[in-house]
Amino acid sequence: MIWIRLFIEFFKTGLFAIGGGLATIPFLRSMATDPSLNWFDEKLLGNMIAVGESTPGPIGVNMATYVGYTVGYDHGGTLGALLGGFIATFALVLPSVIIILIVAKLLQAFKENKYISRSFYAIRPAVTGMIATAAVTMIKSGVFTNGTGFIRAINIKAAILFAVLLFFTNKVKLHPIFYIIISGVIGAIFSM
Amino acid sequence: MKTLWELFAAFFRIGAFTFGGGYAMLSLIQKEVVENKKWATDEEVLDYYAVAQCTPGVIAVNTATFIGYKQKGVLGAVAATFGVVLPSLIIISIIAAVLQNFMQYEIVQHIFGGIRVAVAVLIVNAVITMGKKAIIDRLCVILSISAFLVSVIFPSVSPVFIVLAAALTGIVTMKRGGADK
Repeated sequence: MIWIRLFIEFFKTGLFAIGGGLATIPFLRSMATDPSLNWFDEKLLGNMIAVGESTPGPIGVNMATYVGYTVGYDHGGTLGALLGGFIATFALVLPSVIIILIVAKLLQAFKENKYISRSFYAIRPAVTGMIATAAVTMIKSGVFTNGTGFIRAINIKAAILFAVLLFFTNKVKLHPIFYIIISGVIGAIFSM
Repeated sequence: MKTLWELFAAFFRIGAFTFGGGYAMLSLIQKEVVENKKWATDEEVLDYYAVAQCTPGVIAVNTATFIGYKQKGVLGAVAATFGVVLPSLIIISIIAAVLQNFMQYEIVQHIFGGIRVAVAVLIVNAVITMGKKAIIDRLCVILSISAFLVSVIFPSVSPVFIVLAAALTGIVTMKRGGADK
């Protein structure tokens, strides 16, 4: 049955995709090429990735909802689509909720352990370094275009917005949502 | 009951305005969870991120589960997780239903052009805030720069490897008798 198969495929993805939402993409690709499924092709998958990356929400969750919706629609119209989106998302999330609950319990029990606390003391700066990498990636995609050369590749409008925002976010501590919305509006007005 | 609702509502806001994956939501988590509600410290949020990197699943969901569990046990975990997931369910269903080619609209691309800049700024700020809390001595400086360089130069290296290598470095460099920081 299609709903059970949908649940199993996304439960597997949620269980084995380690390292965040983008790690789910190889699993989705194998769903696209699996001849026994025939749910969607790689071209539609590319479209779904583009939407999943640019709409709000965690990418992995967006992808699961989108795939579930698409598969469900083919098997039961709009109602099937909503059911499919829900099943795929639920199945994706379930393994990590279970695992994190176990890890959270263990961490609570071993919080005072000196090896554990020393590990986290060392892990925190490493994670900060990895987040800095994510910042570099976002600056690349937000402020630079595909042009050649460092100077020529700078998107001037985006660079100005970047500088202004960097200044204001550190002067006035408003909610990040405010800055996201205002930047979207500015992007629309100035054709960024 | 009130806390459950607050968990759901806070993570609903986080889910609705997370653009570009788990790292991008860091500034929202800092605002909602650390500053406004004081449900966790910056250090704890980094710890959750580290665990989320090494466990299966979506980082945003893992973090929500963690914080929800810490506040209100299993029910809290469910409330926070449901909150962070629901905006995706609603938004993607609408897009899939009526806006299949919504990325093709020029105005949408311009809006996202602006939002990408905001997300870049917010992550830069998050790195600075987190760095102040996490990088407390010379070993931490070395670890953060190494992790940054490795993940920039070798994007295919799994974050799991970096986290485990850092933990191991921490344990190996422990002073005898345990100067546990």
